[in-house]
Amino acid sequence: MRYAETGFNLEIDLTRGSIQRVASDQRLTALHLGGLGTNARMLWDLIPPEVEPFSPDNVLVFGTGLLAGTPAPGTNRTVVSAISPQTKLFAFSMMGGFWGPELKHAGYDKVIIRGKSPELVYLWIHDDKVELRDAAHLRGLGTMESQEVIRQELEQPGAAVASIGLAGENRVFFASIEQGRSSASRLGMGAVMGDKNLKAIAVRGTKDLNIARPAEFMRLCNEALQYIKVREKNPIKGVMPILAGLGSPAEMAVHDEQWHTENFVWGNARHRRKGFWTEDIQQKWTNTMDTMRTRLLSCHNCPMKCGASIAVDTRFCSYMMKCFSKLTYTMGAMSDLDFGLRIAQKATEHGVDAFTAPQTMAFAIELLEDGILSEKDFPGMPADSEGRFYYLLDKIVRREGIGDVLADGTHWAGERIGNGAPAYAHNNIRKHEQLPLKLGMLNPVYFLMYATGEKASITQIEGGFPQMPFPTRAENEAFTADWHHVPDDRFKRWFEDWELRGENSNPLYPTAEIASEIVHWQEMMHYIDDSTGMCAGLSSFPLKPPFQIHNLPALIGAGAGLDLDEAGLVHLTARNRTLVRANNIRRGLKRADEKPPDDHWKKRFPELEKKLLDEYYAFKGWNEEGVPTRESLHKLDLDYVADDLEKRGILKAPGAAPARPAAHDGGAP
Amino acid sequence: MTATRTRTVKTIKIDVDKCNGCRACEIICSSFHATPRYSSINPARARIRVIREPLQDVYLPVFAGEYTAAECAGRDKYTIDGKEYDECAFCRAACPSRDLFKEPDSKLPLKCDMCESDPTLDVPWCVKWCLAEALIYVEREEEGEPAAAVEDLDIGLVAIANVHGWPKVLDAVNRMAKKT
Repeated sequence: MRYAETGFNLEIDLTRGSIQRVASDQRLTALHLGGLGTNARMLWDLIPPEVEPFSPDNVLVFGTGLLAGTPAPGTNRTVVSAISPQTKLFAFSMMGGFWGPELKHAGYDKVIIRGKSPELVYLWIHDDKVELRDAAHLRGLGTMESQEVIRQELEQPGAAVASIGLAGENRVFFASIEQGRSSASRLGMGAVMGDKNLKAIAVRGTKDLNIARPAEFMRLCNEALQYIKVREKNPIKGVMPILAGLGSPAEMAVHDEQWHTENFVWGNARHRRKGFWTEDIQQKWTNTMDTMRTRLLSCHNCPMKCGASIAVDTRFCSYMMKCFSKLTYTMGAMSDLDFGLRIAQKATEHGVDAFTAPQTMAFAIELLEDGILSEKDFPGMPADSEGRFYYLLDKIVRREGIGDVLADGTHWAGERIGNGAPAYAHNNIRKHEQLPLKLGMLNPVYFLMYATGEKASITQIEGGFPQMPFPTRAENEAFTADWHHVPDDRFKRWFEDWELRGENSNPLYPTAEIASEIVHWQEMMHYIDDSTGMCAGLSSFPLKPPFQIHNLPALIGAGAGLDLDEAGLVHLTARNRTLVRANNIRRGLKRADEKPPDDHWKKRFPELEKKLLDEYYAFKGWNEEGVPTRESLHKLDLDYVADDLEKRGILKAPGAAPARPAAHDGGAP
Repeated sequence: MTATRTRTVKTIKIDVDKCNGCRACEIICSSFHATPRYSSINPARARIRVIREPLQDVYLPVFAGEYTAAECAGRDKYTIDGKEYDECAFCRAACPSRDLFKEPDSKLPLKCDMCESDPTLDVPWCVKWCLAEALIYVEREEEGEPAAAVEDLDIGLVAIANVHGWPKVLDAVNRMAKKT
């Protein structure tokens, strides 16, 4: 018997219209858990590096986390993987909501989609019955609209539906996959789905999911719930509101947006607006939220209320929102919250990433203002900022006129426009738009996370270690007093020693050695979550979460029936992390790609940054180009990766002629 | 004259405004009622279900009541504060008109038992797991006739007969009895 997972995947070939239920190899669970881990293995095996994102050979995998659907609070996530049209690298975009657990109950861990359907179709999974259905009548419909139509025509109100909108159908590079409460937004997985002519996947499942060691598993779940109750009553003092509590984050519940509006940057990630948050604004925005937000919502089996029903020109709900999409449109258009919540409704229906879309629109406006684009490029565009954003959103999702260029995101649009435009795509890492944040002094921990995060999204790597020290050592010590979440006590000392100013402050402290350890820990926690399907909001993202490195091995072990201790989980996670990197290295990722935007910090230190990267690479067991060495690959049972990288000349084969002859070679007797 | 006795009525008060739609109640319910206990999860077997209509902002936890063999002749639709609740939304019965509160494989009816167990729990699991406090456990004393104790086997047989009819059940019992 398989525990926590079902032991079966669905393999769909859209070109041939074939559907197969395939037993998965249990050994892969022991090696990679599930979710991101097994997705990375699958894409390594299935997609050679020359495959283009919009090729029928690109494989789109919906992989549920190993624990998704179990009673462990917050285990509901699905990792969507394919080669990204934007970065052309291995992508993993994640969604919570209800879709993943529903798939597990239907009897499958993953849906693996290859090929390209000749006509627009949707996939309907109802326990053992799986079929491709015509979706011609859904063409052009919004994501929420499609979900409703599908549920009604199937007469299945309980079906979970993940669908694309117009943006995905038109292969907008930053198209999302939406499923109502949640979405896989980053890196253009919606575009890959659209390229495959797959409008939606609807799932309804009524089967059991088994737990290996029920009593132990439930004890850990109950402890976590108890901890959440206590933690929610004891917010962390001295940090911004969304970091005080748990959640991914609970942005929908927060009214105080001083931190975001005054520290993040507006427009095309340019303008810092100190003093923006007046009492007037606070009153107005609170009123907007109170009027338009009709309910705080959770994902499957999670007590945190990170989402909300938002009502636009209706009384109840026109879409569901979460996280920082609350502010991205508002700040991109230099407007207010009312506008932000309104346009996000249209953007959610069209299915676009709420980080990249507003950034791209603000980029276009800036190009117009600076004369690189002209009024002729925007026929019929309104004069006001809000009107312009609605206009641009429409052009982009339809790929009309300038929208066709902008639909490729700021990097590729900049390249296509030329004439100095690439410099305006200034807020990218690996061609992917970042949070609009520009700061003063380089933070070594954040430098490494921005540079090396395989997903190129800071929120998917940061977490347990505070972003900055408290004003006094006494406050640092008060913070570490109940900080049992760290791998060991050295982390407490490092944090206690950290100062806002003085000898132990940024950029020289945390030192390269310490920063490597801190980044490694935070990243590890995300990789654990991404393979178990645990939401980061209860584990890797917030400070002092209920799930951490000391209780997760037992939870995973008891749920899935694995013999897993802390060292084992650390080792397994390093394997998954390295395999994700190997996918990218094989696709051409270079050290030169590993850098934060040039203007992310005002004060930069090229030599220190080089040292940080050198030290971190060495710590990870990578060579100076950032390629995992054969020795470190061997330790992680990834010899097949080493063989492949050697065959391709990315790693030097042992005994092969050195690239450059050593100096003494010529003078040997 | 019949003596009345005080009995304890256990119930769950539901505050739909507080429901965050997470379905933790369904999960822990199906987990608690699994055999062995907590060994599996399946919301389709849960004796509490959250009826959800996200675009109507309807989140309505309903827990399973008595089985009824017949469908209602007339069904109700409720509009409360502008929200339309589907017919049968508030009804707790497992009945022929819908799939709700039936075991997915045997189609036998499910009924909330307030997590009756030994030792007795202070509150049912769904209430304990509802951190949103949409579910509140209430006990009250009522005067009335105590119900006669019914054997487990009787309850089971009646449930099966309700689905298949007595003739079929008697046939099966006779047939199987001959084999033993």
